[in-house]
Amino acid sequence: MITEAYIREELKQVKDPEIPTISIVDLGIVTGIKIDNTDVHVTLTPTFAGCPALRLMEDMVVDHLNTNNNLGNVSVETSFETTWTTDLITPEGHVAIKKHGLAPPRRNCSNISMEILESTNCPYCDSENTSMKSPFGPTLCRSLHYCNNCKQAFEGFKPV
Amino acid sequence: MDSIDALKELLYKMADDQLIIGHRNSEWTGLGPILEEDIAFSSMAQDKIGQSEHLYNLLNQLGEADADTVAFTRNANQFHSSRLVELPIGDYSFSLIRHFLFDFSEHLRFEALRSSAYEPLAQVSKKFFGEIKYHTMHANTWVNQLGNGNEESHRKMQESLNYAWNYALGIFEPGPAENILIDDYIFIGEESLKNRWLDTIIPLLKKSGLTIPSEDTWKPIFGGRTGLHTENLQPLLEEMTEVYSIDPSADW
Repeated sequence: MITEAYIREELKQVKDPEIPTISIVDLGIVTGIKIDNTDVHVTLTPTFAGCPALRLMEDMVVDHLNTNNNLGNVSVETSFETTWTTDLITPEGHVAIKKHGLAPPRRNCSNISMEILESTNCPYCDSENTSMKSPFGPTLCRSLHYCNNCKQAFEGFKPV
Repeated sequence: MDSIDALKELLYKMADDQLIIGHRNSEWTGLGPILEEDIAFSSMAQDKIGQSEHLYNLLNQLGEADADTVAFTRNANQFHSSRLVELPIGDYSFSLIRHFLFDFSEHLRFEALRSSAYEPLAQVSKKFFGEIKYHTMHANTWVNQLGNGNEESHRKMQESLNYAWNYALGIFEPGPAENILIDDYIFIGEESLKNRWLDTIIPLLKKSGLTIPSEDTWKPIFGGRTGLHTENLQPLLEEMTEVYSIDPSADW
């Protein structure tokens, strides 16, 4: 029997196209899994409204589930019904983000301020002695920082 | 005008504001005064254009044409954006001041719309609110830094604020059937929004060493919401739709 947990495990194989160490499940964007016999309907919530990877991730979900012969019809939709915040990223997700060389977001998205962003720890040496260069980085979800301890520029995953 | 028309009018002006300011922001790509600012304006452009698409999608659900058609096939007189957002990027001080004035207004707009009785709008507003927080933080940081910087930076910021002020008041041009939206708890109305905006930005500008023009000189520059634009909008649209005009099916 196809269960929600089974599909969730399957979707852990689908990685964020911009941060390939984290699965879309650990990213917290899988907000609904409906199963009707062998048919599966997955609901995703956008990370950023302007994220260019949105449609790509929908396609990746369909493509991946279609490789599973136990499943019937697979469909996916993106909905704003559940608002994604970085607080939905799982603890495994935080580890995966750090593995990619990004500082994980602080779990306080509704209270974000320049001061909190400033205090991002270095993902390489864990030092607190860092400074923020810009709240905007190479992708919508990243900010730019510099570690004064290991003299390394790094990016942070922005709390939103 | 019934309540669906009033809702469409609200969605059109928000979507058009986002698209046009997004396009203007993107004009700093490659030209920012420092690399970080180049990236910041480019990122904000991406946010705003992405948000406009979702607002056009809401209009599509209400029976309007799809997002690309609506964004790329209308003439200037069919756009409901405020005149503030179509003004050229100008000096960097002007772009920063506009960014500050406009982005605080939209942050407060989406904050209010998070509890809109029109659920699809409430849902996207919750999303946009978190994103635009970064835009207002960015704007406030720079306005503060340059307003309190040296004599030249202060003078430029003050001049740009004086120039932008009446255009910014024009953001809050009341809609023709706004009372319906207010009665239906869909939107708080432009006047309430303007008051929240004033109470938010005046203390921040003061902290940045800048003075808003005295109230007896305030003359909101309206027109944009009803399709009466400056000469700056049509050329912007022509540039924005250049590829679409050559090949509407172009994809990449």
